[in-house]
Amino acid sequence: MELKGRIISKGVAEGEALTTSQPISFYGGVDPDTGVIIEKGHELEGKKVTDKILVFPNGKGSTVGSYTLYRMKKNDTAPAGIINEECETVVAVGAIISEIPCIDTIDISKIETGDLVRLQDDVVRIEK
Amino acid sequence: MILMHLIKEEERMLNGEDGYTAKKSMEILVALGDIYGAEKLINIDSVQVAGVSYHNLGDAGLEFLDELARDGKVKVLTTLNPAGMDLENWKKLGISKEFAEKQNLVIQAFRKMGIIISCTCTPYLIGRLPTYGRHVAWSESSAVTFANSVIGAKTNREGGPSALAAAFVGKTPSYGLHLEENRVPDVHVDVRVNPKKISDWGALGWCIGKKVGNKIPYMTGVKEADLDELKSFCASVVTYGSKPLFFMEGITPGSEKHQLPKEKVTIEDVDIKEAYESINDDVDTIDFVCIGCPHCSIKEVAEIAKLSKNKTVSSNTEFWVATSRLMKQLADKRGYTETIENFGGKFACDTCMAVAPLKGRFRSVATTSAKGCYYSRHNGMKTKLGSLEECIEAAVRGKWS
Repeated sequence: MELKGRIISKGVAEGEALTTSQPISFYGGVDPDTGVIIEKGHELEGKKVTDKILVFPNGKGSTVGSYTLYRMKKNDTAPAGIINEECETVVAVGAIISEIPCIDTIDISKIETGDLVRLQDDVVRIEK
Repeated sequence: MILMHLIKEEERMLNGEDGYTAKKSMEILVALGDIYGAEKLINIDSVQVAGVSYHNLGDAGLEFLDELARDGKVKVLTTLNPAGMDLENWKKLGISKEFAEKQNLVIQAFRKMGIIISCTCTPYLIGRLPTYGRHVAWSESSAVTFANSVIGAKTNREGGPSALAAAFVGKTPSYGLHLEENRVPDVHVDVRVNPKKISDWGALGWCIGKKVGNKIPYMTGVKEADLDELKSFCASVVTYGSKPLFFMEGITPGSEKHQLPKEKVTIEDVDIKEAYESINDDVDTIDFVCIGCPHCSIKEVAEIAKLSKNKTVSSNTEFWVATSRLMKQLADKRGYTETIENFGGKFACDTCMAVAPLKGRFRSVATTSAKGCYYSRHNGMKTKLGSLEECIEAAVRGKWS
C-alpha cells in the first residue's frame, strides 16, 4: 500500500512501524539516553522507539522537546522516521534539526505496529 | 513540495549556497510556514531567543548551538533570555562549577552567532523596544505577550530553535499573530475587581487565563495599570492561558479598533480569591524568597531597597532579586544594591527562578509572581503569592504570616 503525505523533513527511512493513537511529548515523555517512552500511562510506555518508524497523531508539550529529538539522534536512540497525522512545531523543528525524515497528513490508522514501512520524499510505502 | 512563495535570495539559502546554518534555518521556517499556511516570509526588526539555560538545553542543546555557531551569524538585532545562572556571581548563588562551565559554553556559542548576551526576559526594559505594528520574532511567553498587547508589535510565540532560525534569516513566516485577521478579540472579559498589590495582577492573569483558554480577551473595567503591573499580568495570563495577546480597553493600543465580542465572562472578587487559594500552598516556613519574575524594573528594585532598609533576612532563608545586569548597574549607582545586600539579599542577574537549577534546593518559596509560583511547583517547591511587603516580611521571619 502507498500513502501520499506532506514532507516535513526530507530523507529516506525504512523500519518497523511503532504506532500509537496518542500524542507524544518528547520533553519529559521519552528518555533520550535509552529511546524508551517513559510517560506514565502512555499506550507506548516502556516501548523503545529507536530505529522504528514512529507513527503518532501529533506532538505535544514543551518546545524543549525539539532538543530532545536532537539529543536522541546524537545518542543513536532516535526513531528512523516519523509519521504524523498533523505535525506541530515541536516535532517539525526537532525532525529538521536532527535530520530525521518526517511526513504528515497521513491517515495513521492504516499503519499498524510491526508493519514494514518505507518513507521516501512524500510517499509512505507499507508492507503488512 | 514547498507551498510558500520564496524569493531568489531565500531559495539560495534553502539550497545551501549560504552555508549550513542558513540552510537549516530556512528548512525550519519553510516547514513552519507550510504547516501554518503562510504565503511568504516577512522581514522582522528583532529576535528574542529563549532556551538559554543549560538546565533545559542539556548537552544535546549545547551541541546543536555549537553546530549553528560554526557558520551562523544573526541578521537582525537579537537578544537572549535568562541563563541558568548569574554569569558573574554564580558561586554566591550556589551554582556548581560543572554547571557553570557548561553554561558558559552555551553563552560562548550565542556570542559567536552575534547575539547580544542580554540574558533577560524583559528586553523591552533594556532598550530593545519594538514599535507599534512592527513584526518581530520573539520567544519568552511573557515578553511575547507584552510585545503584542502593551506595545502592539506583532509576533508569534516562538520556541528556541524557531527564534534562532528567524534571526539567521532575518525573516519569519507570515502566519498567526502576524496577520491582522488573527488579532481580533473573541471574548469580552468584564473585570469587576480593582487590583491593588502587584500579586493581584498575577492573580487576575490566572483568572482570565483559566476562563478564556485559547481565546483573545478584550478586557473592560480596568481603570489604570502601570508598566510593572502590565508586566506581571502579561506573564501570568499567558502562563495560565495560552494566547499571547489581550486588549485592555483604554490602556493597550488597538483596543479602540475592535467591537466588544459577544461572548462574555466576568471577573469578580471571588475569582481573585480562588486564584490565591489555588496558587498558595499550605506552608508556613519559607526558605526562599524571590522577586523578579519577569525581571525587576529599576522601580521595583527601588521599592525592595526602601522596604528592606534596616531589616535582616532570616538565617534560614535566601532572598533573591532577579533582574537584568543593566538594572543592577543602575541599582549600584543609586545605592539600592548596598541597601539590599546589607539586608542579606542577593542579586541574581542574567537568570531567574524559572530557569535556574533550583530543584531540590528549596522547599518553599514566597514571591510576588504568579508565573514564578507555576515554575517553582515544577521545581518541587511549595508556593506563596503575595505583595512585596508580605514577601519581605516572610524573608525576615523565615515564615509566612
